[in-house]
Amino acid sequence: MQRIYLDHSATTPVRPEVAEIMMEYMTNKFGNPSSVHSFGREAKEALENARSQVAALIKAQPEEITFTSGGTEADNLAIIGTALKYADKGKHIITSAVEHHAVLHACEHLEKMGFDLTVLPVDEYGIVRMDDLRQAIRDDTILITIMHANNEVGSIQPVAEIGRLAKEKGILFHTDAVQSLGKIPVDVEEMNADLLTGSGHKIYGPKGIGFLYIRKGVHLSPLVFGGAQEKKIRPGTENMPGIVGLGKAVELAGQEMDSEMPRMTQLRDKLIKGILERIPDVRLNGHPTLRVPTNVNVSFEYVEGESLLLSLDMKGIAASSGSACTSGSLDPSHVLLAMGICKEVAHGSVRMTLGRDNTGEQIDYVLDVLPEIVQRLRDMSPLYQKSRKECEGCTRTK
Amino acid sequence: MYSDKVMDHFTNPRNVGEIENASGIGEVGNASCGDIMRIYLKIEDNIIKDIKFKTFGCGAAIATSSMVTELVKGKTVEEALEVTNKAVAEALDGLPPIKMHCSNLAADALHAAIKDYQERESRRAS
Ligand SMILES: Cc1ncc(COP(=O)(O)O)c(C=O)c1O
Ligand SMILES: [Zn+2]
Repeated sequence: MQRIYLDHSATTPVRPEVAEIMMEYMTNKFGNPSSVHSFGREAKEALENARSQVAALIKAQPEEITFTSGGTEADNLAIIGTALKYADKGKHIITSAVEHHAVLHACEHLEKMGFDLTVLPVDEYGIVRMDDLRQAIRDDTILITIMHANNEVGSIQPVAEIGRLAKEKGILFHTDAVQSLGKIPVDVEEMNADLLTGSGHKIYGPKGIGFLYIRKGVHLSPLVFGGAQEKKIRPGTENMPGIVGLGKAVELAGQEMDSEMPRMTQLRDKLIKGILERIPDVRLNGHPTLRVPTNVNVSFEYVEGESLLLSLDMKGIAASSGSACTSGSLDPSHVLLAMGICKEVAHGSVRMTLGRDNTGEQIDYVLDVLPEIVQRLRDMSPLYQKSRKECEGCTRTK
Repeated sequence: MYSDKVMDHFTNPRNVGEIENASGIGEVGNASCGDIMRIYLKIEDNIIKDIKFKTFGCGAAIATSSMVTELVKGKTVEEALEVTNKAVAEALDGLPPIKMHCSNLAADALHAAIKDYQERESRRAS
């Protein structure tokens, strides 16, 4: 059976070109970049080369890039690091209800430490309203952290506007760009971002490596202490295979964005259109166009997400869901709930995220098998009746 | 994550459907928590002659519903009342720990259906 991977927002395979250079820095070029000898020097050179590769993609300066163990650490460093550093200026932080847990839980940790937190609501598409942000800003606001693209529904936030407002008010702006990097243009100047998070394994690089962009002049307190690596902001012997892999992955993503972006958008829209046409009682979650080219998220009413995923898996199709039964908690996705989608419908959500390996034929296959899968589960569902009622719990209309 | 038995019952669930003029109907769970199970019983001479289910929920919810119908079909009401959620999970070679609470409710649905049957019987008798 052919296997179709539609979970690229969870993780991606490491590209062969990336694996190759990683291998080189695990074996032949194994040196520690802090060493003075030639082994150390060749590692140091590769470290700085990777830093330049990352900086180039986001229009930053190499010295503004700090490597971390991934997106989660970069988010924590950005948020907790600046909060600790600027605590004497103010204690108020603004974020949004649809952030990744790496951001939300870091903010909640600060709240427990005595910081004030405002969690902005979002509209039905999962997008923050600028008016809400304007009203939330206070004299003691020190940080706004709002993601670029959402990991579940792909919605793109008005980061350029947010950055402009933050700059005008003298507030730091951090954005988590893990899900937008390599998929759509990410430009720290255009966004007026002071801090920006990226991760390797979402862009065909390795897991366990990421970076934080820190604008020149912005300071933060380190969260771990040790040697002088990464300007003491993030000490510890550098993960060289990860770093050179990330550098290569970023470079390739930059080179291919112009051709992949329209191809992904076309596949995405083919999949969305096909599902909405072939299956009744389906909702598209997120914005029809203000979404990353790789994200499809739909709710099939009257069925539960995990059983859909299992059924898809039996047909070789890998996807993910915002249902409680896949989240490890009793509540379905906080992102879908924040968008005003009721629990019943959130439980039936399925996320399919596209990538380099996907083809139009694969989408045709998915569209072929999906209607039967949904119908089989609906026939089993006590919620599904011939005389279907609108779900009254949802604030959203179909 | 799931045992082969769970996957078997998920893929080929036994006794899916409804029973017209059922002797008793029981439902547990709600849609907002992600699992709803409804059991229909046909009881004659204190024996479960037929049993059907409809379930909205995850793989575990569907498999436990299917398994409970197999366990009690042909059994007496008293025997059926002795079936526990734990016994259903064991008959499926176990469930992942996280599923033991949220999705392992099939015996509760069965017991609710039996209670409904007994209430109807006592109303008829009086
Ligand atoms: C938006 C977002 N931020 C942060 C992360 C965490 O990144 P990492 O897995 O590299 O820690 C992810 C990955 O799931 C993500 O999607
Ligand atoms: Zn469940």
